[in-house]
Amino acid sequence: MHLSPDEIIFWQIGLFKLNATIAYTWGLMAVLVVGSILVTRRLSKDLQRSRWQNLLEIVVTGIAKQIKEVGMKQPEKYLGFLGTLFLFVAMASLFTIVPGYEPPTGSLSTTAALAICVFVAVPLFGIEENGLEKYLRAYLKPTVIMLPFNIISELSRTLALAVRLFGNMMSGTMILAILLTITPYIFPIAMSALGLLTGMVQAYIFSILAAVYIAASTQVSKQKPEPESDPESEPAEK
Amino acid sequence: MDSMTIIAVASIITAGFTIAIGVIGPSLGEGRAVATALTSLAQQPDASATITRTLFVGLAMIESTAIYCFVVSMILIFANPFWNHVIAEATKAVGK
Repeated sequence: MHLSPDEIIFWQIGLFKLNATIAYTWGLMAVLVVGSILVTRRLSKDLQRSRWQNLLEIVVTGIAKQIKEVGMKQPEKYLGFLGTLFLFVAMASLFTIVPGYEPPTGSLSTTAALAICVFVAVPLFGIEENGLEKYLRAYLKPTVIMLPFNIISELSRTLALAVRLFGNMMSGTMILAILLTITPYIFPIAMSALGLLTGMVQAYIFSILAAVYIAASTQVSKQKPEPESDPESEPAEK
Repeated sequence: MDSMTIIAVASIITAGFTIAIGVIGPSLGEGRAVATALTSLAQQPDASATITRTLFVGLAMIESTAIYCFVVSMILIFANPFWNHVIAEATKAVGK
Protein backbone atom coordinates (compact mmCIF):
# COMPACT_ATOMS: atom_id res chain seq x y z
CA MET A 1 0.00 0.00 0.00
CA HIS A 2 1.66 3.18 -1.06
CA LEU A 3 1.30 6.66 0.27
CA SER A 4 1.14 8.46 -3.07
CA PRO A 5 1.29 7.69 -6.80
CA ASP A 6 4.92 8.85 -6.71
CA GLU A 7 5.87 5.36 -5.68
CA ILE A 8 4.53 3.61 -8.78
CA ILE A 9 7.38 3.90 -11.26
CA PHE A 10 6.71 3.00 -14.86
CA TRP A 11 10.12 3.65 -16.31
CA GLN A 12 13.40 4.90 -14.99
CA ILE A 13 16.46 6.27 -16.74
CA GLY A 14 19.28 7.67 -14.65
CA LEU A 15 17.83 10.07 -12.12
CA PHE A 16 14.58 10.68 -14.01
CA LYS A 17 11.72 8.49 -12.91
CA LEU A 18 8.53 8.35 -14.90
CA ASN A 19 6.21 7.74 -12.00
CA ALA A 20 2.45 7.48 -12.01
CA THR A 21 2.02 11.10 -10.92
CA ILE A 22 3.78 12.48 -13.98
CA ALA A 23 2.13 10.02 -16.36
CA TYR A 24 -1.39 10.68 -15.07
CA THR A 25 -0.87 14.44 -14.93
CA TRP A 26 0.22 14.56 -18.55
CA GLY A 27 -2.60 12.22 -19.54
CA LEU A 28 -5.08 14.51 -17.77
CA MET A 29 -3.64 17.57 -19.49
CA ALA A 30 -3.83 15.82 -22.86
CA VAL A 31 -7.48 14.90 -22.32
CA LEU A 32 -8.41 18.44 -21.23
CA VAL A 33 -6.53 20.19 -24.03
CA VAL A 34 -7.53 17.84 -26.85
CA GLY A 35 -11.13 17.78 -25.64
CA SER A 36 -11.32 21.56 -25.54
CA ILE A 37 -9.72 21.89 -28.99
CA LEU A 38 -12.18 19.43 -30.45
CA VAL A 39 -15.17 21.21 -28.90
CA THR A 40 -14.13 24.76 -29.74
CA ARG A 41 -13.21 24.06 -33.34
CA ARG A 42 -16.64 25.12 -34.54
CA LEU A 43 -18.18 27.57 -32.12
CA SER A 44 -21.65 28.82 -33.04
CA LYS A 45 -23.34 31.94 -31.68
CA ASP A 46 -26.94 31.05 -32.45
CA LEU A 47 -29.23 28.66 -30.65
CA GLN A 48 -28.05 25.66 -32.64
CA ARG A 49 -24.96 24.45 -30.85
CA SER A 50 -23.42 21.15 -30.02
CA ARG A 51 -24.01 19.72 -26.57
CA TRP A 52 -20.31 19.83 -25.77
CA GLN A 53 -20.19 23.54 -26.48
CA ASN A 54 -23.21 23.93 -24.25
CA LEU A 55 -21.44 22.02 -21.49
CA LEU A 56 -18.32 24.14 -21.74
CA GLU A 57 -20.40 27.31 -21.72
CA ILE A 58 -22.18 26.18 -18.56
CA VAL A 59 -18.84 25.48 -16.90
CA VAL A 60 -17.26 28.78 -17.94
CA THR A 61 -20.21 30.98 -17.02
CA GLY A 62 -20.61 29.12 -13.73
CA ILE A 63 -16.99 29.77 -12.78
CA ALA A 64 -17.26 33.41 -13.88
CA LYS A 65 -20.37 33.85 -11.73
CA GLN A 66 -18.61 32.36 -8.70
CA ILE A 67 -15.62 34.66 -9.20
CA LYS A 68 -17.93 37.65 -9.41
CA GLU A 69 -19.72 36.57 -6.23
CA VAL A 70 -16.41 36.43 -4.37
CA GLY A 71 -16.12 40.12 -5.08
CA MET A 72 -14.01 40.61 -8.17
CA LYS A 73 -15.64 42.93 -10.66
CA GLN A 74 -13.93 41.69 -13.82
CA PRO A 75 -13.87 37.92 -13.73
CA GLU A 76 -12.43 37.56 -17.25
CA LYS A 77 -8.97 38.54 -16.07
CA TYR A 78 -8.82 35.74 -13.56
CA LEU A 79 -11.02 33.21 -15.29
CA GLY A 80 -8.10 31.48 -17.01
CA PHE A 81 -6.11 30.85 -13.87
CA LEU A 82 -8.94 30.05 -11.47
CA GLY A 83 -10.87 28.05 -14.04
CA THR A 84 -7.81 25.96 -14.80
CA LEU A 85 -7.23 25.27 -11.12
CA PHE A 86 -10.82 24.15 -10.64
CA LEU A 87 -10.97 22.04 -13.81
CA PHE A 88 -7.64 20.35 -13.21
CA VAL A 89 -8.40 19.32 -9.64
CA ALA A 90 -11.99 18.35 -10.49
CA MET A 91 -10.98 16.22 -13.48
CA ALA A 92 -8.14 14.68 -11.50
CA SER A 93 -10.64 13.43 -8.98
CA LEU A 94 -13.39 12.60 -11.49
CA PHE A 95 -11.22 10.18 -13.45
CA THR A 96 -11.03 7.78 -10.49
CA ILE A 97 -13.97 6.17 -12.28
CA VAL A 98 -11.41 4.83 -14.75
CA PRO A 99 -9.91 1.63 -13.28
CA GLY A 100 -6.21 1.66 -12.59
CA TYR A 101 -6.11 5.45 -12.27
CA GLU A 102 -4.91 7.30 -9.21
CA PRO A 103 -5.44 11.02 -8.87
CA PRO A 104 -2.13 12.88 -9.30
CA THR A 105 -3.32 15.36 -6.69
CA GLY A 106 -2.81 12.54 -4.21
CA SER A 107 0.88 13.33 -4.36
CA LEU A 108 2.31 16.22 -2.37
CA SER A 109 4.39 17.27 -5.40
CA THR A 110 1.34 18.11 -7.50
CA THR A 111 -0.50 19.93 -4.74
CA ALA A 112 2.63 21.82 -3.73
CA ALA A 113 3.08 22.89 -7.34
CA LEU A 114 -0.52 24.13 -7.52
CA ALA A 115 -0.15 25.97 -4.21
CA ILE A 116 3.08 27.61 -5.40
CA CYS A 117 1.24 28.71 -8.55
CA VAL A 118 -1.32 30.45 -6.32
CA PHE A 119 1.45 31.88 -4.15
CA VAL A 120 3.09 33.44 -7.21
CA ALA A 121 -0.17 34.51 -8.85
CA VAL A 122 -1.50 36.50 -5.87
CA PRO A 123 1.29 39.15 -5.88
CA LEU A 124 1.33 39.15 -9.69
CA PHE A 125 -2.36 40.00 -9.92
CA GLY A 126 -2.06 42.44 -7.03
CA ILE A 127 0.84 44.32 -8.59
CA GLU A 128 -0.83 44.32 -12.01
CA GLU A 129 -3.95 45.83 -10.51
CA ASN A 130 -2.60 48.27 -7.95
CA GLY A 131 1.06 48.87 -8.70
CA LEU A 132 4.06 47.64 -6.76
CA GLU A 133 4.05 50.32 -4.08
CA LYS A 134 0.40 50.00 -3.12
CA TYR A 135 0.68 46.24 -3.06
CA LEU A 136 3.68 46.33 -0.73
CA ARG A 137 2.02 48.93 1.43
CA ALA A 138 -0.87 46.54 1.97
CA TYR A 139 1.43 44.41 4.09
CA LEU A 140 1.68 47.28 6.55
CA LYS A 141 -2.06 47.45 7.11
CA PRO A 142 -3.60 47.76 9.68
CA THR A 143 -0.39 48.64 11.57
CA VAL A 144 3.31 48.18 10.89
CA ILE A 145 3.51 45.62 13.69
CA MET A 146 1.44 43.26 11.57
CA LEU A 147 4.14 43.00 8.89
CA PRO A 148 5.70 39.70 10.09
CA PHE A 149 2.27 38.22 10.71
CA ASN A 150 1.08 39.13 7.25
CA ILE A 151 4.15 37.49 5.71
CA ILE A 152 3.73 34.39 7.86
CA SER A 153 0.06 34.18 6.94
CA GLU A 154 0.96 34.29 3.24
CA LEU A 155 3.33 31.37 3.64
CA SER A 156 1.12 29.35 5.92
CA ARG A 157 -1.96 29.63 3.76
CA THR A 158 0.05 28.37 0.78
CA LEU A 159 1.17 25.40 2.86
CA ALA A 160 -2.40 24.88 4.05
CA LEU A 161 -3.66 24.84 0.45
CA ALA A 162 -1.14 22.18 -0.54
CA VAL A 163 -1.59 19.94 2.50
CA ARG A 164 -5.39 20.24 2.51
CA LEU A 165 -5.73 19.03 -1.07
CA PHE A 166 -3.06 16.37 -0.63
CA GLY A 167 -4.57 15.08 2.60
CA ASN A 168 -8.09 14.85 1.21
CA MET A 169 -7.04 13.07 -1.99
CA MET A 170 -4.59 10.76 -0.25
CA SER A 171 -7.07 9.81 2.42
CA GLY A 172 -9.66 8.97 -0.20
CA THR A 173 -7.38 6.59 -2.07
CA MET A 174 -5.97 5.10 1.10
CA ILE A 175 -9.38 4.40 2.63
CA LEU A 176 -10.33 2.70 -0.61
CA ALA A 177 -7.16 0.59 -0.61
CA ILE A 178 -7.66 -0.44 3.02
CA LEU A 179 -11.32 -1.29 2.51
CA LEU A 180 -10.53 -3.37 -0.56
CA THR A 181 -8.45 -5.66 1.62
CA ILE A 182 -11.18 -5.99 4.24
CA THR A 183 -14.63 -6.00 2.59
CA PRO A 184 -14.12 -6.22 -1.14
CA TYR A 185 -17.59 -5.98 -2.59
CA ILE A 186 -20.12 -3.25 -1.79
CA PHE A 187 -18.60 -0.91 0.77
CA PRO A 188 -15.63 0.25 -1.35
CA ILE A 189 -18.07 1.48 -3.99
CA ALA A 190 -19.79 3.71 -1.42
CA MET A 191 -16.41 5.00 -0.26
CA SER A 192 -15.40 5.62 -3.85
CA ALA A 193 -18.54 7.73 -4.36
CA LEU A 194 -17.68 9.65 -1.20
CA GLY A 195 -14.17 10.13 -2.58
CA LEU A 196 -15.64 11.61 -5.75
CA LEU A 197 -17.77 14.00 -3.69
CA THR A 198 -14.87 15.18 -1.56
CA GLY A 199 -12.76 15.55 -4.71
CA MET A 200 -15.30 17.93 -6.23
CA VAL A 201 -15.70 19.86 -2.99
CA GLN A 202 -11.93 20.17 -2.60
CA ALA A 203 -11.60 21.39 -6.19
CA TYR A 204 -14.21 24.06 -5.48
CA ILE A 205 -12.54 24.97 -2.17
CA PHE A 206 -9.10 25.26 -3.77
CA SER A 207 -10.25 27.58 -6.51
CA ILE A 208 -12.53 29.65 -4.24
CA LEU A 209 -9.70 30.12 -1.74
CA ALA A 210 -7.36 31.16 -4.55
CA ALA A 211 -10.05 33.60 -5.73
CA VAL A 212 -10.45 35.02 -2.21
CA TYR A 213 -6.69 35.49 -1.85
CA ILE A 214 -6.46 37.22 -5.22
CA ALA A 215 -9.48 39.37 -4.38
CA ALA A 216 -7.88 40.37 -1.08
CA SER A 217 -4.69 41.41 -2.83
CA THR A 218 -6.32 43.30 -5.71
CA GLN A 219 -8.91 45.20 -3.72
CA VAL A 220 -6.72 47.00 -1.24
CA SER A 221 -7.05 50.39 -2.88
CA LYS A 222 -10.84 50.36 -3.11
CA GLN A 223 -11.46 50.50 0.61
CA LYS A 224 -10.55 54.17 1.05
CA PRO A 225 -13.44 56.62 0.45
CA GLU A 226 -12.76 58.98 -2.43
CA PRO A 227 -12.82 62.67 -1.46
CA GLU A 228 -13.82 63.88 -4.98
CA SER A 229 -17.33 62.54 -4.77
CA ASP A 230 -18.62 64.92 -2.09
CA PRO A 231 -22.10 66.33 -2.70
CA GLU A 232 -20.67 69.87 -2.38
CA SER A 233 -18.55 69.50 -5.50
CA GLU A 234 -21.37 68.06 -7.60
CA PRO A 235 -23.03 71.40 -8.62
CA ALA A 236 -19.69 72.62 -10.00
CA GLU A 237 -19.87 70.04 -12.80
CA LYS A 238 -22.61 71.30 -15.08
CA MET B 1 13.95 -2.82 24.82
CA ASP B 2 16.29 -2.02 22.00
CA SER B 3 15.94 1.04 19.85
CA MET B 4 14.04 -0.77 17.10
CA THR B 5 11.27 -1.82 19.47
CA ILE B 6 11.10 1.63 21.01
CA ILE B 7 10.73 3.26 17.61
CA ALA B 8 8.02 0.83 16.55
CA VAL B 9 6.02 1.16 19.77
CA ALA B 10 6.30 4.94 19.86
CA SER B 11 5.28 5.28 16.21
CA ILE B 12 2.24 3.06 16.53
CA ILE B 13 0.97 4.61 19.76
CA THR B 14 1.59 8.15 18.54
CA ALA B 15 -0.17 7.47 15.23
CA GLY B 16 -3.23 6.22 17.05
CA PHE B 17 -3.34 9.11 19.51
CA THR B 18 -2.62 11.71 16.84
CA ILE B 19 -5.63 10.89 14.76
CA ALA B 20 -7.88 10.10 17.73
CA ILE B 21 -7.27 13.31 19.64
CA GLY B 22 -6.70 15.43 16.55
CA VAL B 23 -10.20 15.05 15.16
CA ILE B 24 -12.00 16.03 18.37
CA GLY B 25 -11.49 19.76 17.91
CA PRO B 26 -12.38 20.03 14.21
CA SER B 27 -15.48 17.87 14.66
CA LEU B 28 -16.83 20.11 17.41
CA GLY B 29 -15.95 23.19 15.40
CA GLU B 30 -17.65 21.91 12.27
CA GLY B 31 -20.74 20.97 14.24
CA ARG B 32 -21.01 24.50 15.58
CA ALA B 33 -20.40 25.97 12.13
CA VAL B 34 -23.15 23.91 10.51
CA ALA B 35 -25.55 24.63 13.37
CA THR B 36 -25.03 28.37 13.03
CA ALA B 37 -25.33 28.15 9.24
CA LEU B 38 -28.65 26.31 9.57
CA THR B 39 -29.93 28.94 11.98
CA SER B 40 -29.03 31.77 9.64
CA LEU B 41 -30.49 29.88 6.67
CA ALA B 42 -33.74 29.56 8.56
CA GLN B 43 -33.71 33.27 9.31
CA GLN B 44 -32.72 34.47 5.82
CA PRO B 45 -33.46 31.86 3.15
CA ASP B 46 -32.75 34.16 0.20
CA ALA B 47 -29.12 34.55 1.21
CA SER B 48 -28.74 30.79 0.97
CA ALA B 49 -26.17 30.85 -1.86
CA THR B 50 -23.78 33.08 0.07
CA ILE B 51 -24.36 31.23 3.32
CA THR B 52 -23.82 27.83 1.73
CA ARG B 53 -20.66 28.93 -0.06
CA THR B 54 -19.22 30.52 3.07
CA LEU B 55 -20.17 27.45 5.06
CA PHE B 56 -18.28 25.16 2.68
CA VAL B 57 -15.22 27.38 2.66
CA GLY B 58 -15.25 27.55 6.46
CA LEU B 59 -15.71 23.80 6.77
CA ALA B 60 -12.75 23.22 4.47
CA MET B 61 -10.56 25.48 6.59
CA ILE B 62 -11.61 23.70 9.79
CA GLU B 63 -11.23 20.30 8.17
CA SER B 64 -7.68 21.01 7.13
CA THR B 65 -6.41 20.79 10.72
CA ALA B 66 -7.92 17.33 10.99
CA ILE B 67 -6.26 16.50 7.68
CA TYR B 68 -2.89 17.60 9.09
CA CYS B 69 -3.32 15.10 11.96
CA PHE B 70 -4.33 12.39 9.51
CA VAL B 71 -1.29 13.07 7.32
CA VAL B 72 1.02 12.87 10.35
CA SER B 73 -0.42 9.56 11.44
CA MET B 74 -0.21 8.15 7.91
CA ILE B 75 3.41 9.23 7.70
CA LEU B 76 4.11 7.54 11.04
CA ILE B 77 2.59 4.29 9.83
CA PHE B 78 3.59 4.12 6.17
CA ALA B 79 6.48 6.47 5.46
CA ASN B 80 8.21 6.57 8.82
CA PRO B 81 11.78 7.80 8.25
CA PHE B 82 13.05 6.51 11.60
CA TRP B 83 11.63 3.08 10.93
CA ASN B 84 13.09 3.04 7.41
CA HIS B 85 16.47 4.03 8.79
CA VAL B 86 16.38 1.31 11.45
CA ILE B 87 15.25 -1.30 8.93
CA ALA B 88 18.06 -0.27 6.57
CA GLU B 89 20.55 -0.68 9.42
CA ALA B 90 19.15 -4.09 10.34
CA THR B 91 19.26 -5.28 6.73
CA LYS B 92 22.84 -4.11 6.47
CA ALA B 93 23.72 -5.95 9.68
CA VAL B 94 22.09 -9.17 8.45
CA GLY B 95 23.73 -8.84 5.04
CA LYS B 96 27.22 -8.61 6.57
